[in-house]
Amino acid sequence: MRPPSYWPFVIPALVVVLAIIIFPWVFTIWMSLNEWKVGSPTTFVGVSNYLRLTGDPRFIEAIGHTLVYTVLSVLLPLVFGTFAAVVFHQKFAGRGFLRGIFIMPMMATPVAIALVWTMMFHPQLGVLNYLLSLVGIPAQLWVFHPATVIPSLVLVETWQWTPLVMLIVLGGLAAIPTEPYESAQIDGASLWQVFRFITLPLIMPFLFIAGMIRMIDAVKSFDVIFAITQGGPGSASETINIYLYSVAFTYYDLGYGSAIAVVFFLLIVLLAAVMLYARQRMLWTEIASDA
Amino acid sequence: MTPSRFNMRQIIGKISLWFAVLVIVSPAILFFLWMLSLSLKFEIDNAAYPPVFIPEHFAWKNYTDVLASNRFVTYFFNSLIVTGSATVLALMVGVPAGYGIARMAAHKSAIVILIARITPGLSYLIPLFLMFQWLGLLGTLVPQIIIHLVVTVPIVIWIMIGYFETTPLELEEAALIDGAGRWQVFRHVALPIAKPGIAVAFILAVIFSWNNFVFGIVLAGRETRTLPVAVYNMISFDQLSWGPLAAAALIVTLPVLLLTVFAQRQIVAGLTAGAVKGG
Repeated sequence: MRPPSYWPFVIPALVVVLAIIIFPWVFTIWMSLNEWKVGSPTTFVGVSNYLRLTGDPRFIEAIGHTLVYTVLSVLLPLVFGTFAAVVFHQKFAGRGFLRGIFIMPMMATPVAIALVWTMMFHPQLGVLNYLLSLVGIPAQLWVFHPATVIPSLVLVETWQWTPLVMLIVLGGLAAIPTEPYESAQIDGASLWQVFRFITLPLIMPFLFIAGMIRMIDAVKSFDVIFAITQGGPGSASETINIYLYSVAFTYYDLGYGSAIAVVFFLLIVLLAAVMLYARQRMLWTEIASDA
Repeated sequence: MTPSRFNMRQIIGKISLWFAVLVIVSPAILFFLWMLSLSLKFEIDNAAYPPVFIPEHFAWKNYTDVLASNRFVTYFFNSLIVTGSATVLALMVGVPAGYGIARMAAHKSAIVILIARITPGLSYLIPLFLMFQWLGLLGTLVPQIIIHLVVTVPIVIWIMIGYFETTPLELEEAALIDGAGRWQVFRHVALPIAKPGIAVAFILAVIFSWNNFVFGIVLAGRETRTLPVAVYNMISFDQLSWGPLAAAALIVTLPVLLLTVFAQRQIVAGLTAGAVKGG
Protein backbone atom coordinates (compact mmCIF):
# COMPACT_ATOMS: atom_id res chain seq x y z
CA MET A 1 0.00 0.00 0.00
CA ARG A 2 1.27 3.43 -0.92
CA PRO A 3 1.92 5.45 2.25
CA PRO A 4 -0.49 8.39 2.35
CA SER A 5 0.88 11.81 1.60
CA TYR A 6 0.32 14.39 4.29
CA TRP A 7 1.02 17.41 2.12
CA PRO A 8 -2.62 18.49 1.81
CA PHE A 9 -2.70 18.99 5.57
CA VAL A 10 0.25 21.34 5.46
CA ILE A 11 -0.54 23.42 2.37
CA PRO A 12 -3.02 25.92 3.91
CA ALA A 13 -0.57 26.72 6.68
CA LEU A 14 2.24 26.91 4.15
CA VAL A 15 0.32 29.55 2.20
CA VAL A 16 -0.28 31.56 5.36
CA VAL A 17 3.34 31.27 6.49
CA LEU A 18 4.56 32.31 3.03
CA ALA A 19 2.26 35.32 3.04
CA ILE A 20 2.84 36.63 6.55
CA ILE A 21 6.34 35.42 7.46
CA ILE A 22 8.42 34.66 4.37
CA PHE A 23 7.05 37.38 2.11
CA PRO A 24 7.55 40.16 4.68
CA TRP A 25 11.14 39.02 5.12
CA VAL A 26 11.95 39.07 1.43
CA PHE A 27 10.18 42.38 1.04
CA THR A 28 12.03 43.85 4.03
CA ILE A 29 15.39 42.96 2.50
CA TRP A 30 14.33 44.56 -0.78
CA MET A 31 13.12 47.70 0.98
CA SER A 32 16.35 47.97 2.93
CA LEU A 33 18.14 48.47 -0.40
CA ASN A 34 15.95 51.42 -1.28
CA GLU A 35 15.43 54.96 -0.18
CA TRP A 36 11.80 54.39 0.81
CA LYS A 37 9.85 57.08 2.60
CA VAL A 38 6.11 57.31 2.87
CA GLY A 39 4.91 60.02 0.52
CA SER A 40 8.01 60.32 -1.65
CA PRO A 41 9.20 58.23 -4.62
CA THR A 42 11.43 55.24 -3.94
CA THR A 43 14.90 54.90 -5.40
CA PHE A 44 17.29 51.98 -5.35
CA VAL A 45 20.32 52.92 -3.26
CA GLY A 46 22.14 49.61 -2.76
CA VAL A 47 23.75 49.15 0.63
CA SER A 48 23.82 52.84 1.54
CA ASN A 49 21.16 52.36 4.25
CA TYR A 50 23.50 49.86 5.88
CA LEU A 51 26.46 52.20 5.56
CA ARG A 52 24.37 54.95 7.14
CA LEU A 53 23.80 52.65 10.14
CA THR A 54 27.52 52.41 10.90
CA GLY A 55 27.70 56.18 11.34
CA ASP A 56 24.41 56.64 13.19
CA PRO A 57 25.26 57.50 16.82
CA ARG A 58 21.68 56.91 17.96
CA PHE A 59 21.75 53.39 16.53
CA ILE A 60 25.13 52.60 18.10
CA GLU A 61 23.94 53.93 21.43
CA ALA A 62 20.80 51.80 21.08
CA ILE A 63 22.94 48.67 20.60
CA GLY A 64 24.68 49.46 23.90
CA HIS A 65 21.36 49.93 25.73
CA THR A 66 20.02 46.73 24.22
CA LEU A 67 23.03 44.70 25.32
CA VAL A 68 22.99 46.02 28.90
CA TYR A 69 19.23 45.51 29.12
CA THR A 70 19.49 42.00 27.68
CA VAL A 71 22.37 40.74 29.83
CA LEU A 72 20.62 41.88 33.01
CA SER A 73 17.25 40.57 31.83
CA VAL A 74 18.74 37.14 31.18
CA LEU A 75 20.85 36.77 34.33
CA LEU A 76 18.42 38.02 36.96
CA PRO A 77 15.44 35.86 35.90
CA LEU A 78 17.80 32.86 35.62
CA VAL A 79 18.93 33.28 39.25
CA PHE A 80 15.49 33.97 40.71
CA GLY A 81 13.74 31.48 38.43
CA THR A 82 16.07 28.67 39.46
CA PHE A 83 15.48 29.45 43.13
CA ALA A 84 11.71 29.52 42.56
CA ALA A 85 11.87 26.21 40.67
CA VAL A 86 13.73 24.51 43.51
CA VAL A 87 11.03 25.75 45.90
CA PHE A 88 8.13 24.73 43.62
CA HIS A 89 9.75 21.31 43.21
CA GLN A 90 8.98 20.63 46.91
CA LYS A 91 5.58 19.34 47.90
CA PHE A 92 3.36 21.73 49.85
CA ALA A 93 -0.34 22.46 50.21
CA GLY A 94 -1.80 24.67 47.47
CA ARG A 95 1.20 24.26 45.19
CA GLY A 96 -0.81 24.19 41.96
CA PHE A 97 -2.82 27.29 42.86
CA LEU A 98 0.26 29.22 43.99
CA ARG A 99 2.06 28.25 40.78
CA GLY A 100 -0.91 29.75 38.91
CA ILE A 101 -0.48 33.00 40.89
CA PHE A 102 3.26 32.93 40.32
CA ILE A 103 2.95 32.81 36.52
CA MET A 104 0.37 35.63 36.37
CA PRO A 105 3.00 38.35 35.72
CA MET A 106 4.08 36.77 32.43
CA MET A 107 0.56 36.10 31.20
CA ALA A 108 -0.91 39.49 32.13
CA THR A 109 -1.31 42.10 29.36
CA PRO A 110 2.10 43.86 29.25
CA VAL A 111 0.70 47.32 28.59
CA ALA A 112 -1.69 47.03 31.53
CA ILE A 113 1.05 46.06 33.97
CA ALA A 114 3.43 48.65 32.51
CA LEU A 115 0.87 51.29 33.38
CA VAL A 116 0.73 50.20 37.00
CA TRP A 117 4.53 50.03 37.20
CA THR A 118 4.66 53.61 35.89
CA MET A 119 2.47 54.69 38.78
CA MET A 120 4.61 52.70 41.22
CA PHE A 121 7.77 54.38 39.89
CA HIS A 122 6.34 57.88 40.44
CA PRO A 123 9.02 59.76 42.46
CA GLN A 124 6.58 61.61 44.76
CA LEU A 125 3.48 59.43 44.95
CA GLY A 126 4.81 56.04 43.92
CA VAL A 127 4.60 53.13 46.31
CA LEU A 128 8.17 51.99 45.58
CA ASN A 129 9.78 55.07 47.09
CA TYR A 130 7.47 54.67 50.08
CA LEU A 131 8.65 51.07 50.51
CA LEU A 132 12.28 52.21 50.24
CA SER A 133 11.68 54.89 52.88
CA LEU A 134 10.48 52.18 55.28
CA VAL A 135 13.94 50.60 55.19
CA GLY A 136 15.74 53.94 55.22
CA ILE A 137 16.77 54.12 51.57
CA PRO A 138 16.46 57.59 49.99
CA ALA A 139 13.87 58.16 47.26
CA GLN A 140 14.91 57.23 43.72
CA LEU A 141 13.93 58.72 40.37
CA TRP A 142 13.53 55.24 38.83
CA VAL A 143 12.54 55.55 35.16
CA PHE A 144 12.77 59.33 35.30
CA HIS A 145 16.57 59.49 35.50
CA PRO A 146 19.00 58.35 32.75
CA ALA A 147 21.21 56.45 35.21
CA THR A 148 18.43 54.38 36.77
CA VAL A 149 16.01 53.95 33.89
CA ILE A 150 17.46 50.73 32.46
CA PRO A 151 17.83 48.98 35.84
CA SER A 152 14.25 50.01 36.66
CA LEU A 153 12.95 48.57 33.38
CA VAL A 154 14.98 45.41 34.02
CA LEU A 155 13.20 45.17 37.37
CA VAL A 156 9.87 45.04 35.51
CA GLU A 157 11.21 42.57 32.95
CA THR A 158 12.57 40.34 35.73
CA TRP A 159 9.32 40.47 37.64
CA GLN A 160 7.50 39.58 34.44
CA TRP A 161 9.66 36.76 33.10
CA THR A 162 11.15 34.95 36.10
CA PRO A 163 8.11 32.60 35.96
CA LEU A 164 9.07 31.32 32.49
CA VAL A 165 12.55 30.37 33.70
CA MET A 166 10.93 28.74 36.73
CA LEU A 167 8.66 26.60 34.53
CA ILE A 168 11.51 25.44 32.30
CA VAL A 169 13.82 24.60 35.21
CA LEU A 170 10.94 22.92 37.03
CA GLY A 171 10.58 20.65 34.00
CA GLY A 172 14.28 19.87 34.32
CA LEU A 173 14.04 19.12 38.02
CA ALA A 174 11.20 16.68 37.41
CA ALA A 175 13.49 14.66 35.14
CA ILE A 176 16.32 14.26 37.71
CA PRO A 177 16.68 10.76 39.22
CA THR A 178 16.54 10.49 43.02
CA GLU A 179 19.62 8.26 43.56
CA PRO A 180 22.29 10.99 43.69
CA TYR A 181 20.24 12.79 46.35
CA GLU A 182 19.97 9.67 48.47
CA SER A 183 23.73 9.05 48.47
CA ALA A 184 24.40 12.75 49.14
CA GLN A 185 22.10 12.58 52.15
CA ILE A 186 24.02 9.54 53.45
CA ASP A 187 27.29 11.43 52.97
CA GLY A 188 25.86 14.33 54.97
CA ALA A 189 26.08 16.99 52.25
CA SER A 190 24.67 20.44 53.03
CA LEU A 191 21.72 21.87 51.10
CA TRP A 192 24.02 24.22 49.21
CA GLN A 193 26.45 21.38 48.33
CA VAL A 194 23.57 19.25 47.08
CA PHE A 195 22.37 22.12 44.90
CA ARG A 196 25.84 23.09 43.66
CA PHE A 197 27.20 19.63 42.86
CA ILE A 198 24.11 17.58 41.99
CA THR A 199 21.15 19.75 41.01
CA LEU A 200 22.97 22.51 39.12
CA PRO A 201 24.94 20.26 36.72
CA LEU A 202 21.81 18.22 36.00
CA ILE A 203 19.61 21.23 35.20
CA MET A 204 22.33 22.96 33.16
CA PRO A 205 20.76 22.02 29.77
CA PHE A 206 17.45 23.50 30.91
CA LEU A 207 19.10 26.65 32.23
CA PHE A 208 20.75 27.03 28.85
CA ILE A 209 17.43 26.76 27.01
CA ALA A 210 15.82 29.18 29.45
CA GLY A 211 18.72 31.58 28.94
CA MET A 212 18.39 31.34 25.18
CA ILE A 213 14.65 32.03 25.20
CA ARG A 214 15.12 34.85 27.68
CA MET A 215 17.81 36.39 25.45
CA ILE A 216 15.58 36.27 22.38
CA ASP A 217 12.68 37.88 24.25
CA ALA A 218 14.74 40.46 26.14
CA VAL A 219 16.50 41.72 23.01
CA LYS A 220 13.10 42.25 21.36
CA SER A 221 11.42 43.67 24.46
CA PHE A 222 9.07 46.41 23.32
CA ASP A 223 5.72 46.77 25.09
CA VAL A 224 6.99 47.51 28.58
CA ILE A 225 9.76 49.91 27.51
CA PHE A 226 7.53 51.71 25.04
CA ALA A 227 4.62 52.05 27.46
CA ILE A 228 6.73 53.21 30.41
CA THR A 229 9.45 55.45 28.89
CA GLN A 230 9.15 55.41 25.07
CA GLY A 231 12.94 55.24 25.15
CA GLY A 232 13.39 58.21 27.46
CA PRO A 233 14.36 60.20 29.39
CA GLY A 234 16.11 61.64 26.36
CA SER A 235 17.23 58.46 24.67
CA ALA A 236 18.57 56.78 27.84
CA SER A 237 16.43 53.66 27.44
CA GLU A 238 16.17 53.60 23.65
CA THR A 239 16.84 50.00 22.60
CA ILE A 240 17.19 48.88 18.98
CA ASN A 241 13.54 47.86 18.85
CA ILE A 242 12.34 51.24 20.16
CA TYR A 243 14.62 53.08 17.73
CA LEU A 244 13.33 50.88 14.91
CA TYR A 245 9.80 51.94 15.81
CA SER A 246 10.72 55.63 15.72
CA VAL A 247 12.50 55.36 12.38
CA ALA A 248 9.76 53.34 10.71
CA PHE A 249 6.58 54.72 12.22
CA THR A 250 7.41 58.16 13.58
CA TYR A 251 9.67 59.34 10.72
CA TYR A 252 8.17 56.86 8.22
CA ASP A 253 11.66 56.20 6.86
CA LEU A 254 10.77 52.66 5.82
CA GLY A 255 13.92 51.84 3.83
CA TYR A 256 16.23 52.76 6.66
CA GLY A 257 13.89 51.05 9.14
CA SER A 258 14.08 47.87 7.06
CA ALA A 259 17.87 47.96 7.19
CA ILE A 260 17.68 48.27 10.98
CA ALA A 261 15.26 45.32 11.07
CA VAL A 262 17.66 43.15 9.05
CA VAL A 263 20.71 44.07 11.16
CA PHE A 264 18.64 43.60 14.32
CA PHE A 265 17.64 40.08 13.25
CA LEU A 266 21.25 39.22 12.42
CA LEU A 267 22.32 40.53 15.82
CA ILE A 268 19.83 38.19 17.55
CA VAL A 269 21.09 35.25 15.49
CA LEU A 270 24.68 36.24 16.37
CA LEU A 271 23.87 36.39 20.09
CA ALA A 272 22.23 32.98 19.88
CA ALA A 273 25.29 31.60 18.08
CA VAL A 274 27.61 33.03 20.75
CA MET A 275 25.52 31.38 23.46
CA LEU A 276 25.58 28.04 21.61
CA TYR A 277 29.34 28.33 21.19
CA ALA A 278 29.85 29.15 24.88
CA ARG A 279 27.74 26.13 25.79
CA GLN A 280 29.80 23.87 23.53
CA ARG A 281 33.01 25.21 25.04
CA MET A 282 31.67 24.45 28.51
CA LEU A 283 30.82 20.88 27.50
CA TRP A 284 34.29 20.37 26.01
CA THR A 285 36.07 21.61 29.13
CA GLU A 286 33.84 19.33 31.20
CA ILE A 287 34.77 16.36 29.05
CA ALA A 288 38.43 17.38 29.12
CA SER A 289 38.49 17.70 32.90
CA ASP A 290 36.73 14.34 33.28
CA ALA A 291 39.39 12.58 31.24
CA MET B 1 18.79 10.80 66.35
CA THR B 2 16.12 11.31 69.01
CA PRO B 3 12.53 11.72 67.85
CA SER B 4 12.19 15.22 69.28
CA ARG B 5 15.25 16.52 67.44
CA PHE B 6 13.99 14.92 64.27
CA ASN B 7 10.69 16.74 64.66
CA MET B 8 12.49 19.98 65.33
CA ARG B 9 14.39 19.65 62.09
CA GLN B 10 11.21 18.86 60.23
CA ILE B 11 9.46 21.87 61.69
CA ILE B 12 12.34 24.17 60.79
CA GLY B 13 12.33 22.72 57.29
CA LYS B 14 8.60 23.34 56.96
CA ILE B 15 8.88 26.89 58.20
CA SER B 16 11.74 27.75 55.87
CA LEU B 17 9.89 26.18 52.94
CA TRP B 18 6.82 28.30 53.63
CA PHE B 19 8.98 31.35 54.09
CA ALA B 20 10.61 30.67 50.70
CA VAL B 21 7.19 30.20 49.09
CA LEU B 22 6.03 33.49 50.59
CA VAL B 23 9.11 35.29 49.28
CA ILE B 24 8.73 34.08 45.71
CA VAL B 25 4.96 34.50 45.42
CA SER B 26 4.64 37.90 47.11
CA PRO B 27 5.94 40.08 44.23
CA ALA B 28 3.09 38.80 42.06
CA ILE B 29 0.43 38.91 44.79
CA LEU B 30 1.42 42.34 46.11
CA PHE B 31 1.56 43.82 42.60
CA PHE B 32 -1.92 42.72 41.63
CA LEU B 33 -3.35 43.70 45.02
CA TRP B 34 -1.82 47.15 44.57
CA MET B 35 -3.30 47.34 41.08
CA LEU B 36 -6.70 46.50 42.59
CA SER B 37 -6.15 49.07 45.33
CA LEU B 38 -5.27 51.81 42.82
CA SER B 39 -8.35 51.00 40.77
CA LEU B 40 -10.69 51.27 43.76
CA LYS B 41 -9.48 54.60 45.13
CA PHE B 42 -10.62 58.16 44.55
CA GLU B 43 -7.96 60.57 43.37
CA ILE B 44 -7.51 62.02 46.84
CA ASP B 45 -6.47 58.59 48.15
CA ASN B 46 -4.27 57.82 45.16
CA ALA B 47 -2.43 61.11 45.64
CA ALA B 48 -1.95 60.62 49.40
CA TYR B 49 1.44 60.15 51.02
CA PRO B 50 2.09 57.82 52.75
CA PRO B 51 0.05 55.69 50.34
CA VAL B 52 -3.39 54.40 51.31
CA PHE B 53 -3.67 50.63 50.86
CA ILE B 54 -7.30 50.03 51.73
CA PRO B 55 -9.41 53.17 51.26
CA GLU B 56 -12.30 54.10 53.52
CA HIS B 57 -14.55 54.57 50.52
CA PHE B 58 -14.28 52.38 47.45
CA ALA B 59 -14.42 54.19 44.14
CA TRP B 60 -16.61 51.73 42.20
CA LYS B 61 -17.24 54.73 39.98
CA ASN B 62 -13.82 54.12 38.35
CA TYR B 63 -15.13 50.85 36.96
CA THR B 64 -18.61 51.98 36.02
CA ASP B 65 -17.16 55.01 34.20
CA VAL B 66 -14.86 52.84 32.11
CA LEU B 67 -17.54 50.28 31.33
CA ALA B 68 -20.16 52.94 30.58
CA SER B 69 -18.08 54.73 27.97
CA ASN B 70 -19.26 53.48 24.61
CA ARG B 71 -15.74 53.75 23.19
CA PHE B 72 -14.62 51.10 25.63
CA VAL B 73 -17.39 48.79 24.42
CA THR B 74 -16.23 49.35 20.82
CA TYR B 75 -12.64 48.54 21.75
CA PHE B 76 -13.71 45.48 23.67
CA PHE B 77 -15.51 44.12 20.60
CA ASN B 78 -12.51 45.03 18.42
CA SER B 79 -10.29 42.95 20.70
CA LEU B 80 -12.83 40.14 20.71
CA ILE B 81 -13.08 40.12 16.90
CA VAL B 82 -9.33 40.34 16.27
CA THR B 83 -8.36 37.72 18.85
CA GLY B 84 -11.30 35.47 18.00
CA SER B 85 -10.68 35.53 14.24
CA ALA B 86 -6.91 35.21 14.52
CA THR B 87 -7.28 32.24 16.87
CA VAL B 88 -9.94 30.41 14.89
CA LEU B 89 -8.07 30.90 11.60
CA ALA B 90 -4.83 29.74 13.24
CA LEU B 91 -6.51 26.58 14.53
CA MET B 92 -8.04 25.90 11.10
CA VAL B 93 -4.69 25.96 9.31
CA GLY B 94 -2.38 25.11 12.20
CA VAL B 95 -3.94 21.93 13.58
CA PRO B 96 -3.86 20.03 10.26
CA ALA B 97 -0.38 21.43 9.59
CA GLY B 98 0.88 20.20 12.95
CA TYR B 99 -0.59 16.80 12.13
CA GLY B 100 0.99 16.67 8.68
CA ILE B 101 4.41 17.77 9.91
CA ALA B 102 4.35 15.29 12.79
CA ARG B 103 3.34 12.38 10.53
CA MET B 104 5.86 13.27 7.82
CA ALA B 105 8.48 13.78 10.54
CA ALA B 106 9.40 16.95 8.64
CA HIS B 107 11.33 18.45 11.50
CA LYS B 108 13.27 20.81 9.28
CA SER B 109 10.08 22.74 8.56
CA ALA B 110 10.12 23.80 12.20
CA ILE B 111 12.95 26.16 11.31
CA VAL B 112 10.40 28.55 9.79
CA ILE B 113 8.63 28.62 13.13
CA LEU B 114 11.97 29.27 14.80
CA ILE B 115 12.59 32.22 12.49
CA ALA B 116 9.13 33.51 13.28
CA ARG B 117 9.94 33.17 16.99
CA ILE B 118 13.17 35.15 16.67
CA THR B 119 11.93 37.90 14.37
CA PRO B 120 10.92 41.12 16.14
CA GLY B 121 7.24 41.92 15.56
CA LEU B 122 8.10 45.31 14.11
CA SER B 123 9.91 43.68 11.19
CA TYR B 124 6.63 42.22 9.94
CA LEU B 125 4.92 45.54 10.39
CA ILE B 126 6.97 47.54 7.90
CA PRO B 127 6.18 45.50 4.76
CA LEU B 128 2.70 44.46 5.84
CA PHE B 129 1.81 48.06 6.72
CA LEU B 130 2.63 49.05 3.13
CA MET B 131 0.67 46.12 1.74
CA PHE B 132 -2.40 47.03 3.77
CA GLN B 133 -2.07 50.63 2.67
CA TRP B 134 -1.95 49.62 -1.00
CA LEU B 135 -4.91 47.33 -0.56
CA GLY B 136 -6.83 50.13 1.15
CA LEU B 137 -7.48 48.00 4.20
CA LEU B 138 -6.24 50.43 6.84
CA GLY B 139 -9.15 51.64 8.93
CA THR B 140 -10.72 48.19 9.07
CA LEU B 141 -9.97 45.34 11.46
CA VAL B 142 -8.71 43.09 8.65
CA PRO B 143 -5.02 44.13 8.85
CA GLN B 144 -4.93 43.43 12.56
CA ILE B 145 -6.58 40.04 12.15
CA ILE B 146 -4.08 39.08 9.46
CA ILE B 147 -1.03 40.30 11.35
CA HIS B 148 -2.13 38.60 14.56
CA LEU B 149 -1.75 35.36 12.60
CA VAL B 150 2.00 36.01 12.89
CA VAL B 151 1.54 35.37 16.60
CA THR B 152 -1.12 32.67 16.64
CA VAL B 153 -0.18 30.40 13.71
CA PRO B 154 3.35 29.51 14.93
CA ILE B 155 2.07 28.82 18.46
CA VAL B 156 -0.65 26.48 17.19
CA ILE B 157 1.60 24.63 14.73
CA TRP B 158 4.37 24.26 17.30
CA ILE B 159 2.12 22.89 20.04
CA MET B 160 0.23 20.60 17.67
CA ILE B 161 3.43 19.08 16.22
CA GLY B 162 4.49 18.22 19.75
CA TYR B 163 1.09 16.84 20.60
CA PHE B 164 0.56 14.68 17.50
CA GLU B 165 4.02 13.22 17.95
CA THR B 166 2.91 11.71 21.25
CA THR B 167 -0.48 10.33 20.13
CA PRO B 168 -0.45 6.61 19.26
CA LEU B 169 -0.15 5.63 15.59
CA GLU B 170 -1.71 2.15 15.89
CA LEU B 171 -5.32 3.34 15.65
CA GLU B 172 -4.57 5.48 12.62
CA GLU B 173 -2.75 2.63 10.87
CA ALA B 174 -5.63 0.26 11.60
CA ALA B 175 -8.10 2.75 10.14
CA LEU B 176 -5.96 3.19 7.01
CA ILE B 177 -5.80 -0.58 6.50
CA ASP B 178 -9.59 -0.69 6.83
CA GLY B 179 -9.70 1.61 3.83
CA ALA B 180 -10.34 4.97 5.43
CA GLY B 181 -8.93 8.02 3.61
CA ARG B 182 -6.31 10.14 5.30
CA TRP B 183 -8.74 12.97 5.79
CA GLN B 184 -11.22 10.60 7.46
CA VAL B 185 -8.44 9.24 9.68
CA PHE B 186 -7.49 12.77 10.70
CA ARG B 187 -11.08 13.83 11.26
CA HIS B 188 -12.34 10.77 13.13
CA VAL B 189 -9.28 9.21 14.74
CA ALA B 190 -6.49 11.75 15.26
CA LEU B 191 -8.54 14.88 15.96
CA PRO B 192 -10.68 13.50 18.83
CA ILE B 193 -7.56 12.27 20.63
CA ALA B 194 -5.87 15.64 20.14
CA LYS B 195 -8.56 17.68 21.91
CA PRO B 196 -6.41 18.43 25.01
CA GLY B 197 -3.60 19.63 22.74
CA ILE B 198 -6.00 21.84 20.80
CA ALA B 199 -7.22 23.29 24.10
CA VAL B 200 -3.63 24.20 25.03
CA ALA B 201 -2.99 25.78 21.62
CA PHE B 202 -6.30 27.66 21.78
CA ILE B 203 -5.62 29.10 25.25
CA LEU B 204 -2.10 30.28 24.46
CA ALA B 205 -3.08 31.73 21.08
CA VAL B 206 -5.93 33.66 22.72
CA ILE B 207 -3.70 35.05 25.48
CA PHE B 208 -0.83 36.14 23.25
CA SER B 209 -3.15 37.68 20.68
CA TRP B 210 -5.24 39.45 23.34
CA ASN B 211 -2.09 40.90 24.95
CA ASN B 212 -0.54 42.09 21.70
CA PHE B 213 0.19 45.79 21.60
CA VAL B 214 2.81 46.56 18.96
CA PHE B 215 0.64 45.63 15.95
CA GLY B 216 -2.23 47.74 17.21
CA ILE B 217 -0.30 50.97 17.77
CA VAL B 218 0.78 50.97 14.13
CA LEU B 219 -2.26 49.55 12.38
CA ALA B 220 -5.22 50.69 14.48
CA GLY B 221 -7.07 53.88 13.79
CA ARG B 222 -9.36 55.65 16.23
CA GLU B 223 -12.22 53.25 15.55
CA THR B 224 -10.21 50.04 15.26
CA ARG B 225 -8.18 50.06 18.46
CA THR B 226 -7.93 46.93 20.52
CA LEU B 227 -8.00 47.14 24.31
CA PRO B 228 -4.23 47.27 24.99
CA VAL B 229 -3.88 50.16 22.53
CA ALA B 230 -6.93 51.90 23.98
CA VAL B 231 -5.51 51.68 27.50
CA TYR B 232 -2.16 53.00 26.30
CA ASN B 233 -3.88 55.98 24.68
CA MET B 234 -5.68 56.76 27.91
CA ILE B 235 -2.29 57.51 29.53
CA SER B 236 -1.46 60.46 27.35
CA PHE B 237 -4.87 62.07 27.82
CA ASP B 238 -5.38 61.54 31.54
CA GLN B 239 -1.92 61.67 33.04
CA LEU B 240 -3.17 62.22 36.54
CA SER B 241 -6.27 60.10 37.00
CA TRP B 242 -4.77 56.91 38.31
CA GLY B 243 -7.98 55.34 39.56
CA PRO B 244 -9.85 55.05 36.25
CA LEU B 245 -6.60 54.17 34.47
CA ALA B 246 -5.85 51.30 36.84
CA ALA B 247 -9.47 50.16 36.58
CA ALA B 248 -9.25 50.10 32.79
CA ALA B 249 -5.92 48.23 32.94
CA LEU B 250 -7.40 45.66 35.29
CA ILE B 251 -10.48 45.16 33.11
CA VAL B 252 -8.27 44.63 30.04
CA THR B 253 -6.06 42.04 31.67
CA LEU B 254 -8.71 40.36 33.84
CA PRO B 255 -9.81 37.77 31.24
CA VAL B 256 -6.20 36.69 30.86
CA LEU B 257 -5.60 36.51 34.60
CA LEU B 258 -8.72 34.39 35.09
CA LEU B 259 -7.63 32.07 32.27
CA THR B 260 -4.19 31.78 33.86
CA VAL B 261 -5.57 30.72 37.22
CA PHE B 262 -8.25 28.37 35.90
CA ALA B 263 -6.29 26.85 33.02
CA GLN B 264 -2.84 26.96 34.60
CA ARG B 265 -2.32 23.24 33.99
CA GLN B 266 -2.82 23.67 30.20
CA ILE B 267 -0.78 26.87 30.11
CA VAL B 268 2.13 25.31 31.96
CA ALA B 269 2.01 22.26 29.68
CA GLY B 270 1.93 24.41 26.55
CA LEU B 271 4.65 26.82 27.61
CA THR B 272 7.07 24.15 28.74
CA ALA B 273 6.41 22.01 25.65
CA GLY B 274 6.98 24.99 23.40
CA ALA B 275 9.91 26.30 25.40
CA VAL B 276 11.81 23.12 26.16
CA LYS B 277 11.64 22.08 22.56
CA GLY B 278 13.52 25.21 21.64
CA GLY B 279 10.68 27.64 20.83
